[in-house]
Amino acid sequence: MKKILSLILLLLSFNIFASTGAELHEADVDVSDSDSLLRGAKNYVDYCLGCHSAKYIRYKRIAMDLGVEENKILDNIAPFEAGIYDPMLTAMNGHDAAKWFGTQPPDLSLIARSRGADWIYSYLKSFYKDDSRAIGTNNLIFEDVGMPNVLWKLQGIQKPIYKTINGREVISNLVMETQGTLSSKEFDRFANDLTNFLVYVGEPTQLERQSIGKYVLFFLLMFIVIGYLLKREYWKDIH
Amino acid sequence: MNNEGVDTSKRQFLTSALTVVGAVGTGYLAVPFLSQMQPSSKAMAAGAPVEVDISKLESGQLLRVAWRGKPVWILNRPQRMLKILDNMDAFLEDPSSNESIQPESSKNAVRSIKPEIFIAVGLCTHLGCSPTFRPEVAPPDLGDDWEGGFFCPCHGSKFDLAGRVYRSVPAPTNLEIPPYRYITDTQIIIGEDTAVEESA
Amino acid sequence: MKKQITACGDWILDRLAMDKVWNQHMAQYYAPKNFNFWYFFGSLALLVLVNQIVTGIFLTMNYKPDAKLAFDSVEYIMRDVPWGWLIRYMHSTGASAFFIVVYLHMFRGIMYGSFKQPRELIWIFGMLIFFALMAEAFTGYLLPWGQMSYWGAQVIISLFSAIPIIGDDLSLWIRGDFVIADATLNRFFAFHVIAVPLVILLLVFLHIVALHEVGSNNPDGIEIKANKDKQGIPLDGIPFHPYYSVKDIVGVGVFLFFFAAIIFYAPDMGGYFLEHDNFVPADPLKTPEHIAPVWYFTPYYAILRAVPDKFAGVIAMGASVFVLCLLPWLDRSPVKSIRYRGGIYKKALFLFVVSFLSLGYLGTQPATDTAILMTRIFTVIYFAFFLLMPIYTRWEKVKPVPTRLTEQPSLEERIPAIVDTFNEVTVKKSITTAEGDTVIKLRPNPSGIVTVLIRFLKKLKASLD
Repeated sequence: MKKILSLILLLLSFNIFASTGAELHEADVDVSDSDSLLRGAKNYVDYCLGCHSAKYIRYKRIAMDLGVEENKILDNIAPFEAGIYDPMLTAMNGHDAAKWFGTQPPDLSLIARSRGADWIYSYLKSFYKDDSRAIGTNNLIFEDVGMPNVLWKLQGIQKPIYKTINGREVISNLVMETQGTLSSKEFDRFANDLTNFLVYVGEPTQLERQSIGKYVLFFLLMFIVIGYLLKREYWKDIH
Repeated sequence: MNNEGVDTSKRQFLTSALTVVGAVGTGYLAVPFLSQMQPSSKAMAAGAPVEVDISKLESGQLLRVAWRGKPVWILNRPQRMLKILDNMDAFLEDPSSNESIQPESSKNAVRSIKPEIFIAVGLCTHLGCSPTFRPEVAPPDLGDDWEGGFFCPCHGSKFDLAGRVYRSVPAPTNLEIPPYRYITDTQIIIGEDTAVEESA
Repeated sequence: MKKQITACGDWILDRLAMDKVWNQHMAQYYAPKNFNFWYFFGSLALLVLVNQIVTGIFLTMNYKPDAKLAFDSVEYIMRDVPWGWLIRYMHSTGASAFFIVVYLHMFRGIMYGSFKQPRELIWIFGMLIFFALMAEAFTGYLLPWGQMSYWGAQVIISLFSAIPIIGDDLSLWIRGDFVIADATLNRFFAFHVIAVPLVILLLVFLHIVALHEVGSNNPDGIEIKANKDKQGIPLDGIPFHPYYSVKDIVGVGVFLFFFAAIIFYAPDMGGYFLEHDNFVPADPLKTPEHIAPVWYFTPYYAILRAVPDKFAGVIAMGASVFVLCLLPWLDRSPVKSIRYRGGIYKKALFLFVVSFLSLGYLGTQPATDTAILMTRIFTVIYFAFFLLMPIYTRWEKVKPVPTRLTEQPSLEERIPAIVDTFNEVTVKKSITTAEGDTVIKLRPNPSGIVTVLIRFLKKLKASLD
């Protein structure tokens, strides 16, 4: 039964995320891996929270869901002076940000639900050097994005390789020009942890949801069996 | 239709079995619906313990703070007020607070951790109005016996300066004392019990 | 004690004859004994309606119909309210389930001629329920105030502006503002939570009362009331309770199983039940790159796009839904059920189903040239099914209809055949895992699939003659 069910769900789970043309890298998402989520949370606070809030999640919720003591979240992860009941707010003023980047950096609580994990993971890995732009970088997944590559020290700087298709120059792939402080494997893990964390933030109840699901389905199966036996018993009358 | 050879007991059994399973299912299904009306995490966050600085609270002064949306009084009682409390028993319904709600640490004659600093939830135990603070002695409207305390304007309940209820007034019990503890001499956290600190 | 309870019960029954109602609609309502799988969806639609009402009531306790607060309040329900996520998913999945169930219910009616004399009014009430349901779904979809909510509503309300002369004023009046705004959200909320549900409940009541007056149709399309015994009970009828109540309970169980599987394991259904862009708050300055309505509206949306003129497109879209109301009068066949119709009707219905599903799919896709061409072809087929119906149903030769109900193998009798087919399309393979263990896993068997497909197609062809 379980097999049939997963087969059906597999068949139905074709994705219809808006495609951007560029091919996406596959993220390895596992929201039950709390170590990865903790690393991701730390990465988020260190590199993203400066501009991007995640206002629908509280530090307390993270501590609760990941089974970590509240103090540890406050000491190791949350920014200075944040309280356990605080949502993940950015210190940056939205008005200033709109002036600096041309647009206000979006809240990322639901980015995984609107864009999907693979998109986030690929986006983080797809910045490249582009001197034609004021911020000096561009992104293969999200063309002319207003965000600079905040991870360049870790990742290094990538440059694009062009090829010509139908008389137009297009980027075929990115190659590393100068390696950052992390090896490419370490950086992949860094981006993956961050993606994983954003998937968790997108729907903090997802683990609970799936774990309850088994019992509900088992219960309904029992209900069906008894109901069917009752039906068969009554329908012996009819023929 | 053919009703011969019907196994009535089997039908009975299966019907009961399905009813029981259905009832259990409905019961479980009711849990999410009923508990969604419980306070949400946001309400819990808003109801989180409150820190209060009492270093500027003068003798005789009453400070009101909100904890879980309720008024909480912090009264700095001078010696004069504390002395009155000893002679009140004859007027009171529950002078030793046996029937009233308070943390263990405040279950004493003055109903507080430090005798001077009195902390209580400012809601009448009758029907939830917030009593007014009436420290003056024998005002015309409250009579000559009034030694200072709290008076509820809604239904006339009276409480002394330790929040203890008078006899023959509508309120059944003394004012509730919230859980609280001292972080420092002048810093109080309301909503956390001393006992929690010790066991943690 | 028992005596008092009986007396108390009698006191009530003397004043409110619930026992008579029960007998009339359940214990002594005689339904044909040959209902098949397709007859589950009526009771399931009722179940989903109850689900929507109950979960909806609880959602309104925390939802805020305010353009500034609506999006946040939905996330508040999903995260902070205890079990709010479950109730919200039950409601959002219920919306899609409602349409699945209702579409299958309608298809049943078309297949077995349940709309035909003397059941025209039941069909009309059913169609009115369907219209109300579309209004309910449309107003409800605005409430989360995401990008798809906003721009979907913008597009649909703009349809009204296509109406000559009054169009612009009409769409302005519906919105209550120059664009979709707080006023629109607030009034849609009022329609969604109280106005339309009341209409739906009233119509469902009328639908059932009308049904129980003339009695249910059946897969043979024969009137069971034509053959009665001495007591006046139809020979081929069985009391709805207990026989169909116990049968429907099994249907309910199976339905809830799939319903729960979606809620707990795939609540957004890959973007079909909850669209990805709807997790972005409504932004009146930026339209999402690709905008499509929720899946249950896509067939009509595709028809709208197929027509190159704005007003004509709107008319075509409206007509595609309205034409269903005319079925009782378009169909001139002397027989009801598809079982005794000729091959032409069967082929026509088959083409209609294919075009409806294709239009549904094309409505979700970007409007490329090929897509538009395909859409046009299927739109023509869609309308031809209805408009040519008076001709081909009168013209074609029908099979003789028996006077009494026939017996077909039941679903449970078909289980062995289904198991055989499953074994045919799969093959057991031993696979070595990364840990070095050999496990036997089921894998699809290409040659088996091909033979099964060929058999299926042959059968389909035979059944269409």
